[in-house]
Amino acid sequence: MNEDFFQGYKGDALATLMKFNARVWGQADIETTRGKFVGTILPRSENDDDQHIVMKIPTGYNVGIDIKTVNSITETGYKKANYKIPEKQFPVTPGLPHVKLLGTGGTIASRLDYRTGAVIPAFSPGELYGAVPELADICNLDTEKLFAVFSENMGPKQYIALAKAIGKEIENGIDGIVIGHGTDTLQHTGAALTFMCQNLPVPVVLVGSQRSSDRPSSDAALNLMHAMKAAGQSDIAEVMVCMFGPTSDEYGLLHKGTRVRKMHSSYRSTFRTIGDTPLAMISRKEITPIKKTYNKRRNDRNVKILPYFSDEVTMLYYYPGMKPDIIDSMVDNGYKGIIFVGTGLGHVNRELYPAIERAHAKGVHMFMTLQTIWGFVHMFVYDTGRDMMAKGIVPLGNMLPEVAWIKLSWVLGQTNDAEEVKRMMLTPVNDEITPREPYNGYLVLQGGVPEVESFIRKVHK
Amino acid sequence: MDISFDSRAHYEATKKSAGYVCLKKANQKTYDRIGFMSGLEVHQQLLTKEKLFCHCPAGIYNKSEEYDAEVIRHMRPTLSELGEYDGTALMEFKTRKEIIYRIKNETACTYEVDDTPPFPIDREALQISIEIALLSKLNIVGEVHITRKQYLDGSIPTGFQRTAIIGVEGSIPLKNKTIRLIQLSIEEDSCREISDIGHTRIYKTDRLGMPLIETVTYPDCVNPAEVKEACDYIRFLNRSTGKVRTGIGAGREDVNVSCKGGTRVEIKGVAHTKWIPQLTHIEAFRQWSLLLLREQLRKIKNYESWKIESYIIDPEDYNFSYAPLIQATELQQQVIAVKLRDFKGALSHFTQPEKSFANEISDRLKVIACLEKPNMIHSESFVSELEADDWKKIAKITKSQPDDAIIVIWGPKEDMKTALETIEERCKMAFEGIPGETRKSLTDGTTIFERVLPGADRMYPDTDSAPIPLEDSFIDKLSKEIPKEVIDRFNQLRQWGIPEDTYTYIFSKNYYPLIEEIVNDLKINPKFVGTFIGHRLKNILGKNKNFKFKAKMIYHLFAFLKENKVNEKIAIRMLPELVAHPRMEFESVLATLKFKKLDAEEILSKLPFINGKFEANKKKTDPGYRINWIMGQVQKTAMGNMDLAVVEEKVRNMISQK
Ligand SMILES: [Zn+2]
Repeated sequence: MNEDFFQGYKGDALATLMKFNARVWGQADIETTRGKFVGTILPRSENDDDQHIVMKIPTGYNVGIDIKTVNSITETGYKKANYKIPEKQFPVTPGLPHVKLLGTGGTIASRLDYRTGAVIPAFSPGELYGAVPELADICNLDTEKLFAVFSENMGPKQYIALAKAIGKEIENGIDGIVIGHGTDTLQHTGAALTFMCQNLPVPVVLVGSQRSSDRPSSDAALNLMHAMKAAGQSDIAEVMVCMFGPTSDEYGLLHKGTRVRKMHSSYRSTFRTIGDTPLAMISRKEITPIKKTYNKRRNDRNVKILPYFSDEVTMLYYYPGMKPDIIDSMVDNGYKGIIFVGTGLGHVNRELYPAIERAHAKGVHMFMTLQTIWGFVHMFVYDTGRDMMAKGIVPLGNMLPEVAWIKLSWVLGQTNDAEEVKRMMLTPVNDEITPREPYNGYLVLQGGVPEVESFIRKVHK
Repeated sequence: MDISFDSRAHYEATKKSAGYVCLKKANQKTYDRIGFMSGLEVHQQLLTKEKLFCHCPAGIYNKSEEYDAEVIRHMRPTLSELGEYDGTALMEFKTRKEIIYRIKNETACTYEVDDTPPFPIDREALQISIEIALLSKLNIVGEVHITRKQYLDGSIPTGFQRTAIIGVEGSIPLKNKTIRLIQLSIEEDSCREISDIGHTRIYKTDRLGMPLIETVTYPDCVNPAEVKEACDYIRFLNRSTGKVRTGIGAGREDVNVSCKGGTRVEIKGVAHTKWIPQLTHIEAFRQWSLLLLREQLRKIKNYESWKIESYIIDPEDYNFSYAPLIQATELQQQVIAVKLRDFKGALSHFTQPEKSFANEISDRLKVIACLEKPNMIHSESFVSELEADDWKKIAKITKSQPDDAIIVIWGPKEDMKTALETIEERCKMAFEGIPGETRKSLTDGTTIFERVLPGADRMYPDTDSAPIPLEDSFIDKLSKEIPKEVIDRFNQLRQWGIPEDTYTYIFSKNYYPLIEEIVNDLKINPKFVGTFIGHRLKNILGKNKNFKFKAKMIYHLFAFLKENKVNEKIAIRMLPELVAHPRMEFESVLATLKFKKLDAEEILSKLPFINGKFEANKKKTDPGYRINWIMGQVQKTAMGNMDLAVVEEKVRNMISQK
């Protein structure tokens, strides 16, 4: 008897169910001071209160019953719902590329769970084929669930495991790799894998969805098709993020793992390449390169896996009036590296100087990135910048703050030598610092400009 | 096929065997015979400032060409909680529609196009819906759970409508019976369709997200008039709160109809209750006729394994003169002949006035296979679109026997597979009975296929919203604020002696509170007030739709007359002026009418003088004419100063004394 008859119910609501001998999935008549309610008792979300019972009424809607109004509950039947994703054999098509999907716990294809309201991912090739049958026209698919963590819980351990798994798959002769990932930290993983998996012979594509696939308008299926196509058929052998270009169901964009950033909390087209153009456009029909140069697909298997990561790097988002004790406490807590996120061209206030000096003296590696996100750090323009460089802060060009944090962690996982750290940080692995910014690398065209308004009207967003 | 088959005669014969009579000639016996059953889903927009789940303004509409941006979406069926694809879902997926949403910045934000999660539910809308649920005698839920109801036609960009039950199990009283209510829900309104051609459907997003309630009845109505009566009652009840929107599209109903042995079919989006009787009448007979067709079709040998046979037609071999076929040939579309084994008589079998079973197939080809109409011709058309020679050739290449029927379709090659599946599917359904469908109403009272009727398994909890508890104290507070019941108001009007032909107008415009106020505060004769509004005002506003005129002005008008001791009947003359110039002062209106304040004595004293001026006419010697003439002379000065009945009495006396 270890079946949970009261899933999610607690406190008073649980007591009420027990008092009347009613259980979850039981069909019940509930008599209340507000009249009679008939339906199936559903599990309750664990975060909701203990004052209500949830019921699915015959028309399919859910309602909550206030337990204070309940006079009686009579169970008239019992029928447990059976969650199952239709699973079909994923067909093997000779001639199509072999793609491996590595799962991290992000939801690509999924169904809803009544109890928590959470989404249960579909993951095996058969489940995915049941949900997105079009995949079989793109590639032959194999899947492996590496771990099941939410995006926000992805961290050093997972980066290392992923890098090793990529190395293994490449050794085994795979044509492309897709990694299913929650979108919140997609850019961090993208950067980490770029540094850890160098000289890639095949594409490694990170993909997620901004609308879970339990919604008819989900971006998941199209993203998945695009990602599989990029992994299996593109000749771009880099770590990429593949997500919607516009919010419309039209095409996706392939972004470099080191230049991509989530820029909106809920838009489908949330990922943008910063300070450069995306690598390519991708639709179900074709892949159209935007950048002329990129690392090409090769037949060899000579990938370099560098699975290193230090957990002694932190990040400091500067605000006016910041006091030096913040930096002191970071140093006191043993952090060996600090990524500053400064204002404007890369500035912090003078008040911090003594703390910066103390940190430098203790051998802490300090680098400067920008709150503006777009543009380069320029510490020569003003005295403060020159002062800071003198105190040991190294400007990181147009490296994005999150990427800088990932890179410094990766570097400090390999060496602690100040010169070597600086050399590695300033030597781009894959465009985390670019020598130049193209004129169309900064596209924030805001309203009021008639040409922009008419462009927005004409082109699907 | 049988070239000599008289399809018109067959249509008439099957119409007769179904016992079809027109609405006017039908009575309860007619409906009892076919087992008429009907219920309603009445939608009503609520009068709120903002939309239900975002802060966009409600009730502002844009023209189709007014938009700032467009977004494209495709709808995919999802795996339901129970692991099955919904029937409608699969159909919509087959149609492979590209949905375009037009967005105007002032009326839609990123929520409407599903790029931002919902904001907390609009409290104003929630309160109004609870008030209406209380008036509908529903059991109010303890906690409102926002649910997602899937719609894959694209009418909502998320692919689902956020909706929630407010109450279950209520009732409304009709003249002779009680109609039970299943539930009342609050929901967000959908997009307005701009066009739907081929594989592209365009919507605008101004109405999307506006708060709406839906009242659902049990199928308790047993004849078309009852359905209308129930619908009117629900609409009047909603309007009695004064907190709902009025005007075109603010109230719409879906009508569910079935006949004995039939299936629930939902007629969607009926904008006027006056259309309900004809629509439900025809739908019940459509089902009844389809059941008769089923009997015929089940006589076909091995019907369980019945299949269509299709043959590609090379237009080069024919002398097509039918324009759509010529056009299809020019566009290099595919032309296919479909043989329906042993289907003789089926295609011309009566379904609705001037429609037959062939229409059922054609309607589905449009919706499911995206073939624009006309999209087929067949061997039992009333007017043949092909020469007899062409039909003979087609019969030959399809190896048709005399008992077979033939359909010819045309369209883009890539749509033909779905088209053939659609034809076979609909024909096979005819062996089973009546498919569950939602149907679109046409102005002539007939309906066309719109969608496969979705099941209850398209409901999902909305993971973006927390449940909203409804405390007893909150409900109690609201129940003190709700208006008197509509049935009580009906009875009060009757008691006041206000004629029944004014009720629909009074309730549909929610003028009852106004009448009650005038009667109670100003002590003016209720019957006069009722007809003043229900006849005079209706008449004048029917001719002059001046939206600046507010009915509340009538209260002020009567108050003004009372205060100035002017007889209230003058209001009849003042009303047209007031409607035309709502901002004019009451005094000025009186001045325009050349009204002079006189006392009764003075007016009556002039009567002999007027009488003297009457010149008897040979043709009009009767005293009634004299009285009318005198009244006509004196009316202008008397009206407002005294009761005209008193004047007439005096005139009568004066003449009879002579
Ligand atoms: Zn909005």
